[in-house]
Amino acid sequence: MLEIKNLHARIADEGTEIIRGLNLTVAKGEVAAIMGPNGSGKSTLSYILAGREDYEVTEGDILFNGESILEMDPAERAASGIFLAFQYPMEIPGVATMEFLKVAMNAQRKARGEEPLKVPELLKKVKDAAGTLQMDMGMLKRPLNVGFSGGEKKRAEILQMKLLEPKLCVMDETDSGLDIDALKIVSDGVNALRSPDRAIVVITHYQRLLEHIVPDSVHVLYKGQIIKSGDKSLALDLEANGYAGVIGEAA
Amino acid sequence: MPAVQETIDQVRQIDVDQYKYGFETEIAVDKAPKGLSEDIIRFISAKKNEPDWMLEWRLDAYRRWLTMEEPTWARVEYPKIDFQDIFYYAAPKNQSGPKSLDEVDPELLRTYEKLGIPLKEQEILAGVKKAAPAESVDDEDADAANDNVYKSGRVAVDAVFDSVSVVTTFKKELAKAGVIFCSISEAIREHPELVKKYLGSVVPVSDNFYATLNSAVFTDGSFVFVPKGVRCPMELSTYFRINEKGTGQFERTLIIAEEGAYVSYLEGCTAPQRDENQLHAAVVELIALDDAEIKYSTVQNWYPGDAEGKGGVYNFVTKRGDCRGDRSTISWTQVETGSAITWKYPSCILRGDDSQGNFYSIAVSNGYQQIDSGTKMLHLGKNTKSRIISKGIAAGFSQNTYRGQVSAHRKATNARNFTNCDSLLIGDNCGAHTVPYMEAKNSTAQFEHEATTSKISEDQKFYVMQRGIPEEEAIALIVNGFVKDVIQELPMEFAVEAQKLIGISLEGSVG
Repeated sequence: MLEIKNLHARIADEGTEIIRGLNLTVAKGEVAAIMGPNGSGKSTLSYILAGREDYEVTEGDILFNGESILEMDPAERAASGIFLAFQYPMEIPGVATMEFLKVAMNAQRKARGEEPLKVPELLKKVKDAAGTLQMDMGMLKRPLNVGFSGGEKKRAEILQMKLLEPKLCVMDETDSGLDIDALKIVSDGVNALRSPDRAIVVITHYQRLLEHIVPDSVHVLYKGQIIKSGDKSLALDLEANGYAGVIGEAA
Repeated sequence: MPAVQETIDQVRQIDVDQYKYGFETEIAVDKAPKGLSEDIIRFISAKKNEPDWMLEWRLDAYRRWLTMEEPTWARVEYPKIDFQDIFYYAAPKNQSGPKSLDEVDPELLRTYEKLGIPLKEQEILAGVKKAAPAESVDDEDADAANDNVYKSGRVAVDAVFDSVSVVTTFKKELAKAGVIFCSISEAIREHPELVKKYLGSVVPVSDNFYATLNSAVFTDGSFVFVPKGVRCPMELSTYFRINEKGTGQFERTLIIAEEGAYVSYLEGCTAPQRDENQLHAAVVELIALDDAEIKYSTVQNWYPGDAEGKGGVYNFVTKRGDCRGDRSTISWTQVETGSAITWKYPSCILRGDDSQGNFYSIAVSNGYQQIDSGTKMLHLGKNTKSRIISKGIAAGFSQNTYRGQVSAHRKATNARNFTNCDSLLIGDNCGAHTVPYMEAKNSTAQFEHEATTSKISEDQKFYVMQRGIPEEEAIALIVNGFVKDVIQELPMEFAVEAQKLIGISLEGSVG
């Protein structure tokens, strides 16, 4: 589903190379975890997948379902089925969460040549999805992410992910800022989205999240490259011994 | 709401260049020769069968105008206007008072149709039919159209096509309530005592250069009189277009709400595309007596000029409301998206004790547009309150200035003002400026002022686009969130279209 081939990317403004020959393949139905120390390029990778303009791909390619997405803007990538759950979701003042969901869902439907959702249908979908995340409807009337707690913001991200039904979910440090209860709710939400047709890339610092969202594969990102891949036991190993051992091996 | 999508589609269909309403209607026009002189003023006055006192009033204004100079203090730049190179009168022909839509030039009706939802003409025309079923418009669409009217509530319209009111609807029902809603020309003929009493009483003849010019040459506009204790049974609405090349447009509007009366008035306009600059200098006067309330809402979308900033309407407007009575309220709500140059300060004179003035404004500038707009709140009475919420959005190479004055007179004890001015910048080549002026001449006055300037951040835009919302829609969504406080003040009829217009005005604002 996702193939990243010898990807090199740098910050467009100043030219610092962040991703240096990264290779990664994630299959349909797979849940892949990407772990790595601070500054290894994890968040940058998620932004590049989503098409952020601040980064410039200088070499290599990203294939999504066999086709290069490098020429697509963020909205086109989203409509093609790529969703990024942000580490720091942005506040959109004056735009009610419900309104935002409607605009986003209908924009993607339009891109796919589908009719916009009728209001009752939309309300039902949103209500159902919000219920499973233990979000009340009152929250949906508030401007998106404005004044939301850390946990509420992450739940709102998962709500959007559920409703937009992406084929590839990229989750950037979704566990940061979550207490145990919220972590459970969010993880349950993600697990409910596991499906043979969908790939999920979980970017995280800690093994903690992976106890709830159990990955099929684990990859260690360091200095812009995947230096080691393995199954879920690799995450446990990292938790026990830290990154130093893996980094030493690779060097 | 599905209306939003319909609106987008309809507006797209009208697509001509950047400006979506840039088409002209060919109608035979009866017009005065170019230029301004006492003879032209006599011609206008005679064309409109005005009484002598009105002609004298105009001539007096003209003579004063000759001694005045164009103001230059606003932050706008434009080539000097040649006032002798403007037509001061153009009226659609066959003007001997259409009794029904059947008598209206079909070309004009088609213009309304072309304008589509953004100005709700079709709905309003349907409203005419509903008010008087005998005056059939077009049977095919009648059912669907009537349906629309039921859903949207009642709107009465005094349509001004170029300079003369063409159709006035709902008149009978309004008359039943004692409300007078007609063109100012008709009011001069039919209700001279009211016009004499109130015209020029808020904006004096010699108030400023453009108001004085308007007093001399105004060709038409609306007149509303709501008598004591009457709540006007429907929203009153005027839509007008500038439609004859080089025609100056000098609207004159006078609205009076007697003791305890209430009226909500909507005004919206679009203009066809053209090359030379068009001067527009309207005057609007509002008078609210004891316990009366007037709400005046505007959606302004005149031709802003082409991509290089050529052409476009010069909009030099004087709008002022007088809270003459105790406990009276006047609210101005405006959405300004058009015009090459806007010079406009809808103001309130808070004369009555406990009176209140509100100003809610959204001013969007793109391309090379220049906006210098704001308000004046003059607190004269005791316990008077005013509230100013201004949202300026600048994109492209535009300049967007908020200019406001709040003052409390010596006797205006406990005067209170709250001002909030927010500016949003899109891109690096535009400018937003805030020029607030506050003056309290007594120690009990409380004035609060908040101002912010922000840029749409790349982070925000990226976030919204990541959800599948294309760039221009993403900007429009963020901007509409930014202006929400003001949109909420608009009547329902206008709110959806105003949001749409803001989106359209910002098209092309991002690379």
